[in-house]
Amino acid sequence: MLLNRLKAGGPAIAKQGILVAFILFMIVFSFMSDRFLTPDNIMSVFRQSAIIGVMALGVTIVVIGGNLDLSVGSMLSFATVLVVDLHDKVGPELAIPIMVLATLCLGAINGFLIGILRLNSLIVTLGMLSAIQGLVLIYSGGQNVDIVDQRGTWFAIFGRGSVLGIAAPIIIFGLLAILFHVIMTTTPFGRKVYAVGGNPTASVFSGIPRSRIVFTTYLISALCVAVAAIILGSRVMGSQNNVGQGYELQVLAAVILGGTSLLGGAGSILKTVLGVLMLAFIQNGLILMGQPYYTQWLVTWVVIIVAVWLDVAAKRGRLFSPIA
Amino acid sequence: MNEKLEPALRLKGIVKTFPGVRALDGVDFEVMPGEVHALLGENGAGKSTLMKVLAGMYQPDEGQIIIAGQPVRMTTPIEAKAQGVVLIHQELSLVPEMSAAENIYLGELPLKSFGRVDWTTLYERSNAILERLNCNFRGEVTVVNLSIANQQMVEIARALTVDARVVVFDEPTASLTDAEKVVLFEIINDLKARGVGIVYISHRMDEIFTLSDRITVLRDGSYRGTLTTADTNEDEVTRLMIGRSLDLSRDTATPTLGETVLEVRNLTCAPLYRDISFSVRAGEVVGFYGLVGAGRTEIAETLFGLRSADSGEILIDGEKVQIGSPPDAIALGISLVPENRKEQGLVLSMNCRDNMTLPQVQNLASGPFVSSSAENEIFDKYREKLEIKTPSWRQTVRVLSGGNQQKIVIGKWLSMQPRVLIVDEPTRGIDVGSKSEIHALLRALAAQGYAVIVISSEMPEVLRVSDRIVAMYNGRIMREFTADLVTEDSLVQAISGIKATEVA
Ligand SMILES: Nc1ncnc2c1ncn2[C@@H]1O[C@H](COP(=O)(O)OP(=O)(O)OP(=O)(O)O)[C@@H](O)[C@H]1O
Ligand SMILES: [Mg+2]
Repeated sequence: MLLNRLKAGGPAIAKQGILVAFILFMIVFSFMSDRFLTPDNIMSVFRQSAIIGVMALGVTIVVIGGNLDLSVGSMLSFATVLVVDLHDKVGPELAIPIMVLATLCLGAINGFLIGILRLNSLIVTLGMLSAIQGLVLIYSGGQNVDIVDQRGTWFAIFGRGSVLGIAAPIIIFGLLAILFHVIMTTTPFGRKVYAVGGNPTASVFSGIPRSRIVFTTYLISALCVAVAAIILGSRVMGSQNNVGQGYELQVLAAVILGGTSLLGGAGSILKTVLGVLMLAFIQNGLILMGQPYYTQWLVTWVVIIVAVWLDVAAKRGRLFSPIA
Repeated sequence: MNEKLEPALRLKGIVKTFPGVRALDGVDFEVMPGEVHALLGENGAGKSTLMKVLAGMYQPDEGQIIIAGQPVRMTTPIEAKAQGVVLIHQELSLVPEMSAAENIYLGELPLKSFGRVDWTTLYERSNAILERLNCNFRGEVTVVNLSIANQQMVEIARALTVDARVVVFDEPTASLTDAEKVVLFEIINDLKARGVGIVYISHRMDEIFTLSDRITVLRDGSYRGTLTTADTNEDEVTRLMIGRSLDLSRDTATPTLGETVLEVRNLTCAPLYRDISFSVRAGEVVGFYGLVGAGRTEIAETLFGLRSADSGEILIDGEKVQIGSPPDAIALGISLVPENRKEQGLVLSMNCRDNMTLPQVQNLASGPFVSSSAENEIFDKYREKLEIKTPSWRQTVRVLSGGNQQKIVIGKWLSMQPRVLIVDEPTRGIDVGSKSEIHALLRALAAQGYAVIVISSEMPEVLRVSDRIVAMYNGRIMREFTADLVTEDSLVQAISGIKATEVA
């Protein structure tokens, strides 16, 4: 019966449950704080969302391929600590490629275990979450790292620079989002990711190299983490050895808000961007309303539940349904 | 029949639309108590949809459901079941991780105090039902461990937990063996004798004519008429259904055979099959006939790189080849239309076109992008050739009717233009019209020089399309027949393991 989930007719807008929730949300918040919808504030929300956003792009692809990636949080700690620490030792022009390679290696481990050995992605990446955190602590000896000469390095452009008044993180996030959107919707690779996530068996029967596709999705996810680490390291010019802690959940929340199915095979990069922005606006709105930082966790959860509910309700054509 | 009796169930003027599809357009239908009423129509005619309306899974846009004289509204299958209406689905809808017994009583488990499940009663009752169905397994087994046919039996067992007024069988025999069919027919006759109204959907005319009392035909969602089975014949029904008669003759033109394309020597993969040797020439259709489980599918999977054999050789164009994976097979020009469309053939969440072009999506790229126009061209071509019914290529395959889904899978592999085309149960769930077209297509492909292997458990199908027939029993090739020398008797003997004797 699950399979017969009927898509009811009705106005197309009703099917965009997430979008509706997002708009409602913006309206409510703009009444509560008049600073909320100012260009300055909007820009700053965009900028702050870039790091989670970039990571969410990679995770979206992993999830569409039918798997999970919970290791991105500690992978971000790893990558940021590495790039910041190496910056002063070998210079940014070497620090960046070394860090990217190292991060890709972590992604390759995920990809090997999940794609080639077919282990469960929840277990593998949950294990990686703690293993990588351990790796970071070993590497840094428990110390936080920072860049001494913060003014004189071109490394600053990624987090602090801007082009035509638009902050660099926004530009990076935007360009990557467009790139991945195009890849997922128009290239053979994208099609194969959807197929593998939608029905792995049928994909194999269609001659699609399932293992290789899954492996690649984890490489992409790691690459996104590396990019996020560059933005983060460049903005903060230093790093605590657990900066990325908790990011995996925020990233996953954004992906779910964007309506990507955790069962795989369905989802969209652009909707993930929407999910990321929505999450960022909620957190920003709460801060503007003078709420303490931690209420955002509670509110975020409520919003996710409501959004997911609206989304399935729109697909079912009614709010409650005895059959899925 | 029982003209004066009140119908067990009546549907009046049922209309049901989906976006872009008018699936039912004012359909009337009734079942008398103790009657087997067959529902016929092409793939996508609306049969399953009508039955889902009846079973409370869909709400009709217009129209009435009348049970025992009372108009009723049913919004869930459980409610419908409480009214005595039970639907046995075309597609299995069991919970695979649960036991057969739990599935049989799903939603109505017998309870003890504090809502605890009364396992003793549950197993007792379900085992009684399974016994009645002559099943050789017990209610305690987990459904995943059952064969498809046995899962189908569990599905049927569900219908017997209540005092049903009407039981609907939606293509129940598609995956049953002949022996299991006999049991099913006994059950149906037993229900019938007890005054239950039966709705029977199938694309197999022989079954329809053995079982049914009346036949109602749907076409493109509208009601075409009801015939009394005793007063009609296959031809009349077919014409009502597809608007023309069928040409069931076998094309007798002697094929012009080319070189041997595929040769298999002593292929063994114990315990699935042993010592398999055969060859297929260009322009030839070789039928593999045998019972379910004879090892035919496994041979096909080996040829397609999904399994590796223990020993033996595969030769293409006389050269020994290693087929280690499906991409290897595809590169060698081998295509496989698999047995199970939902699990192996389709990505249900994808649209029709993308499913069809999936194996060749890499080759359809212009630059880094998949060329939409190339894809549409392929889709349009095979949609026309196979008469696939869908409002547009964007439709998710999930909502297509069963037969149209099967056609997408066939189109997918035909469009690869293979040299060796292997089709495993190609017409399962396909209507008579399209079936004869697919048969004709297979013959036409061979005539164009393809080497075709048809695996089928339906004797008429094998007889109709094959130039040569390989009969298998229990993992071994028993005999090979040429089309002009084969008889039904010798085929039946061969596939039941009886050795051919010169004097018999
Ligand atoms: N949930 C749905 N959403 C959209 N279209 C649907 C849905 N369910 C069925 N349809 C369409 O309604 C039509 C009738 O489908 P139905 O499954 O009733 O056909 P059928 O007669 O059972 O065919 P088959 O013999 O192939 O099983 C088809 O065109 C199908 O694509
Ligand atoms: Mg049907």
